[in-house]
Amino acid sequence: MSNISFNKFYRKFNILSLILIVISLVFLFFKGLNYGVDFKGGTLIELRTTDKTNNISLIRDSFNQMNLGDVSVKKFGNETDFIVKFEKQNSNDPEFIKNIQNKLSSSIGDVDFRRVENVGPKVSSELLKSGIIAISLSLAAMLLYIWIRFEWQFSLGAILAIFHDVIITLGIFSIFSLEINLSIVAAVLTIVGYSMNDTVVIFDRVRENLRKYSDVKIFDLTNISINETLSRTIITSVTTLLALFSIYLFGGEILKGFSLAMILGVIFGTYSSIYIANPILVALNVSQRTIVKEEKD
Amino acid sequence: MLYFSKLRIISVIVFTVIFSYFAFSNFVKFDDKFFSKNINLGLDLQGGSYLLLEIDNRPVITQKLQAKIIELKRYFKEKQITLKNFSLKGDTISFETTDNEIENVINILNDKESDVNTYYPTYKSHEFDVLEDGNLFSLNYSRYGLVLLKNSSLDQAIEIVRRRVDEVGTNEPNILKRGNDRILVELPGLDDPNRIKSLLGKTANLTFQFISQNNEESFGTEKLSFEDGSRDAIVSKRIILSGDNLVDAKPTMNSQTNETVVSFSLDRVGAKKFGKATSTGVGKQLAIVLDGKIISAPSVREPIIGGSGQISGDFTFQSATDLALLLRSGALPAPLNIIEERTVGPDLGQDSIDAGILSLFIGFLLVILFMIYKYRAFGLIANLALVSNLFLLIGILTLFEATLTLPGIAGIILTVGMAVDANVLIFERIKEETKNEKNPIIAFDAGYTKSRTTILDANITTLIAAFILFFMGSGPVKGFSVTLGVGILTTLFSVYFIARLLTSLYVVKNKDKEQLL
Repeated sequence: MSNISFNKFYRKFNILSLILIVISLVFLFFKGLNYGVDFKGGTLIELRTTDKTNNISLIRDSFNQMNLGDVSVKKFGNETDFIVKFEKQNSNDPEFIKNIQNKLSSSIGDVDFRRVENVGPKVSSELLKSGIIAISLSLAAMLLYIWIRFEWQFSLGAILAIFHDVIITLGIFSIFSLEINLSIVAAVLTIVGYSMNDTVVIFDRVRENLRKYSDVKIFDLTNISINETLSRTIITSVTTLLALFSIYLFGGEILKGFSLAMILGVIFGTYSSIYIANPILVALNVSQRTIVKEEKD
Repeated sequence: MLYFSKLRIISVIVFTVIFSYFAFSNFVKFDDKFFSKNINLGLDLQGGSYLLLEIDNRPVITQKLQAKIIELKRYFKEKQITLKNFSLKGDTISFETTDNEIENVINILNDKESDVNTYYPTYKSHEFDVLEDGNLFSLNYSRYGLVLLKNSSLDQAIEIVRRRVDEVGTNEPNILKRGNDRILVELPGLDDPNRIKSLLGKTANLTFQFISQNNEESFGTEKLSFEDGSRDAIVSKRIILSGDNLVDAKPTMNSQTNETVVSFSLDRVGAKKFGKATSTGVGKQLAIVLDGKIISAPSVREPIIGGSGQISGDFTFQSATDLALLLRSGALPAPLNIIEERTVGPDLGQDSIDAGILSLFIGFLLVILFMIYKYRAFGLIANLALVSNLFLLIGILTLFEATLTLPGIAGIILTVGMAVDANVLIFERIKEETKNEKNPIIAFDAGYTKSRTTILDANITTLIAAFILFFMGSGPVKGFSVTLGVGILTTLFSVYFIARLLTSLYVVKNKDKEQLL
């Protein structure tokens, strides 16, 4: 078993986390998130050109001539593949997409529309609402579960750890203007589950050790528990990250954002179960009496 | 914990084999119907179109209210109660009555047996909410009246949508109600949704109306423009015949003019009406109006009494075919708006499948190698559990013919990464127990027992996330929640039955060895 003094760095890492959270919140508040068409409405076209000399500015120019509102063009994997997003969505005009394709073909040569997503303003606001509800509901459900299974000090620690992970992951998405779409919501929910999972494993051990040692202070007790579960924490993070990196690198462009969010979430989730959840137990001065009293009730 | 009865061993094996069999049935053709199930591929993997349509009920409501006014007038006239100053403002019908009739009118409108304001006992509500202010009455659709109206127009619309989609002949379309004013249309394998979109975007309200002799718009006439936008015409509001009376329509060639036309035949009532109108209207121009636009306005040369006719109007063969299709399938009760469209081309779908399988394979291989490196023999056991976990997962998805989406594949890969967690928890616990306990069997037993609550806690939290995603998510994300959720269940099974069985066999056989784990 390892014997690393994690607890020596509680304070330092808490300050670091606090700084990261503040930075994330500032970005989320002032810069906001880069919502994809799912949540903002508009049109997304994934296209493949036959002419290899086509570049982003050429394609952007062609689209700009069509009066489609704000146009953004990005490379998407292959050299010939691009993602184009614009504000206008007019799915009611059946010729809308066809006309764009015709105009585009005449200016930059044959193009193949591999994917078209067209989301109206009503649907996008509903999707955003249901995404927010889903994340809040899952947080509430986890809180409820952990509240039933553990004492309130533990639930508070676990929930703060989760908030930490979600805020920082979203903060990174905001800082780098990465796109938030439906699959990112799924990723955030999975992060919530994973982070909770990681915290619960350490907390279970803390509680077991609280029963075992009555004379060890919580400050050292959390450290013992972290060390005892450390190799599991590392191995599971490694296998999960192996799977996620495999999706990120080989799973195609569509899953890139999703797997990136998950990778960030797993890293921060592992970190927060050690450096957020445990210091909170210390701060709340959890002792053997905390759990014994609870069990007598 | 390490003891397994023969019956248990056999049932674990049988269970695993059956589900692996289902998993394989995706790749191999079995003759047996029960075993030849397949996982459905989501639209993002097989390519296709997803359309969400919303009914615009406003015209229907206005129409119904106008009809209601006529009904009220007639009803109260029969009862010899005078109502006057009928008006329709927004969605409110208002009228006045004389002071001594107020009581009477209220009673009729609020009567549970009322003929003009239907009462729905199941909803404890009338069709209309009645407000009276002195002798001034106003009627509004009640909440349930509106729900019923929307439901009935949705039912009609979905039927028409189904007919139109079926006529185009795409394979296995999926048409579903969403809420009380939306229709979801999934069209797998459809590369170009433009034709379906233009067919669904048309209400297809066909009417025959005479063109007015006057050049000025007046009471009883309306100004309509031609389909091609070239000019306008003043048309009589009186509808001679509507699309409801059509029994068939098909594109044909007119042998005299050599142009493509749509020929139609009418039912008995329609034929009678049409014959009567055309015999009195010889010499007049008859406008054929589709969704408020005039397609053509031929002159009536002779009475048409046979109950069939032709519509001409600069058609290509394709547009004539589409018009005939629309006329055959009937008019929508209200216009449909496409509020969401997602189309994936078939080659992108195939690329996604290939990338998904490649990343699954690589992720799987990496996890397997890592586990062997970390735990040697027990790594192999964990890996065997992992492989059977994968078979079980795919087998269950196949058995329930679940829909696999690209995020769903990601869910499977994630399950592979997270599934070893339970075994790792157990193995690490066993390692700790071995330090104080010399007898490996007791140590292994303790390892399993002491890690159990932790494993349950950890998996239940992920299961909660999966459940919520399933109920809140849509489309591809739902597919992710299914694989994630089922993956947790199969993981628990593979850990507690398969891995534990193998571990116990291994430990009992090698109990005299030094340091098993």
